[in-house]
Amino acid sequence: MNSNGNVIETRNINKYFHDPVKFHVLQKVSLAITYGEFVSVTGKSGCGKSTLLYILSTMDTDYDGELLIADQSMNKLDGEGLAKIRNEKIGFVFQFHYLLPEFTVLRNVMLPGLKLKKLSEEEVEHKAMAHLKTLGIDDQAMKRANLLSGGQKQRVAIARALINDPLIIMGDEPTGNLDSKNSNIVFDIFSEIASAKKQSLLIVTHDEDFARRTDRIVVMDDGKIIS
Amino acid sequence: MKKPVILEISQTLLLARLRQSLIAAAGVTFGIAMFITLVSFMTGLNKMLDSLILNRTPHVRLYNAINPSLDQPINRVGEFDNSLNIIRSIKPSDSRVEIYNTIPILKALQSDPRVIAVGPKVAAQVFYNVGVIDLNGTVNGIDVKTEIKSFSFNDYIIRGDAADLDRVTNSIILGKGVADKMMAEIGEVIQITSAKGEQVSLKVVGIFQLGLAAVDDVQSYASLSTTQKLLGKNDSYYTDIQVKLTDISLAPSVAKEFSKIYRVDAEDVQTANAQFESGTKVRNIITYAVSITLLIVAGFGIYNILNMMIYEKMDSIAILKATGFSGSDVKRIFINLSLIIGAIGGSVGLLLGFVFTSLIDQIPFKTAALPAISTYPINYNIIFYFIGITFAMATTYIAGYFPARKASRIDPVVIIRGK
Repeated sequence: MNSNGNVIETRNINKYFHDPVKFHVLQKVSLAITYGEFVSVTGKSGCGKSTLLYILSTMDTDYDGELLIADQSMNKLDGEGLAKIRNEKIGFVFQFHYLLPEFTVLRNVMLPGLKLKKLSEEEVEHKAMAHLKTLGIDDQAMKRANLLSGGQKQRVAIARALINDPLIIMGDEPTGNLDSKNSNIVFDIFSEIASAKKQSLLIVTHDEDFARRTDRIVVMDDGKIIS
Repeated sequence: MKKPVILEISQTLLLARLRQSLIAAAGVTFGIAMFITLVSFMTGLNKMLDSLILNRTPHVRLYNAINPSLDQPINRVGEFDNSLNIIRSIKPSDSRVEIYNTIPILKALQSDPRVIAVGPKVAAQVFYNVGVIDLNGTVNGIDVKTEIKSFSFNDYIIRGDAADLDRVTNSIILGKGVADKMMAEIGEVIQITSAKGEQVSLKVVGIFQLGLAAVDDVQSYASLSTTQKLLGKNDSYYTDIQVKLTDISLAPSVAKEFSKIYRVDAEDVQTANAQFESGTKVRNIITYAVSITLLIVAGFGIYNILNMMIYEKMDSIAILKATGFSGSDVKRIFINLSLIIGAIGGSVGLLLGFVFTSLIDQIPFKTAALPAISTYPINYNIIFYFIGITFAMATTYIAGYFPARKASRIDPVVIIRGK
């Protein structure tokens, strides 16, 4: 792994929405994030920042341009390969946490690890518990995920994003639904991750305070990066 | 190694919405149970109706018909070969109804691989003497053992024992109608007069009922030797040879063949019971139509429920894909889910179908036509259970496969954004 290179890099990404009318959402977006960097993306609603994030996370494949994750091109990978990248290299935190309501908190955190199969089930469980403990919700581990409060759920989602030690953690307004106290907790967790483990962070946010405290702010407007 | 994570996810999804899963399984169960019940019952009835005719009817019957001879003496005289010979009003001569060379024919038939059983028969016209009145009728001399073994004779004996025909000399089994008219009971001795005028006393050892008044009112059975004696013939005198084949559909061709080889008349069961043949055909078509309809209706029900179930889980699919599960993982999760529902629902359906058919089997059903039957007939055929479970698994697989495949192909963002 080349720690001086970019963890994620895009070259001239264009994306269109076709419905209801053809609309150029992203216009020649080029962006690079280095290892251990804590980056926030801000901009007005509809400027394309979430769209960009979904493309970067490989969850959206309908675009043109080049996307490299850890110097590996994503353009030639099929669904199977992309799923593997998401599993191994990317941790994603959604605005609405997106936990599986049928599973316990612990299981939710463990599932990506069990899928990766790098560690045994016991080791994954141990690791998941450790993450939950760091995030202060280890006492909720055996509860069903849908029984938790919003702040707790968001922390579970972060634990899930961390389970496979990804190169980069992406968040789509992870604090958008939280009060300021919980927002601060989440921010602290993120900056801890960035500084201690050298994992990169790419967070889309509306929260000015949150953005100001990150290493770099990327501002978007009308599908372009303006600063 | 613990169970794979894919299977675990399927199970958890299944158990989390237990009620919905149970409803889906119940849909499978109901369809399969109805299929088993109806098919078992309908084919049971069909079999019963078939046996009504087939049990006592030989597949091929060899006999000498009383016909005017086509081979008139004038045809054998060479000088009239080129003439047109017209003979009017030919009558049948006193030709023998006896079959020639019976012993070698019986032997040859018995060694034929297509033949299951051969039963020689002697038919004798008689009068039953009731006081001053004589009722006319027929005594059939039969090979008792073959009749019991291959022609279900015992099923139609309502009183007494068919085997007594062999054990008791000069014994007879009367048709129910005959017995009623003569007021004859088992153990009594009755008088009959043969067509040649000889009077014989026979002991009644049983009463039979075929359910056809035309038969029960005139016919009775005795052993071959008793009947031969009654007619004053020797023990190689047979009027009919009844043949049962391995495959009933061969009967017409086999009948033709036998007729040619043994120079006798041969009648196959299809010709003898043409109206029955078409009845069976129609009933079979109805059975197939009903079972196919049932399966299709059940199939659509299963498909609908599972389809809905999977579409409800779209969120979970998006989450799984976002966290690194691939499209084929998702597909496998939902196919597992469907197959579990299919296997459980299907097996319970088979069980329930068996219970239903067993219940129907207990309902009393008395018919004069079949004394051996006392409840509604059920055809317990393992094939139906095979078809049932195979169908349950196949439909649930298909019902799981298509929505799962669709879900596995789309980008997770489409689901997440679509909210």
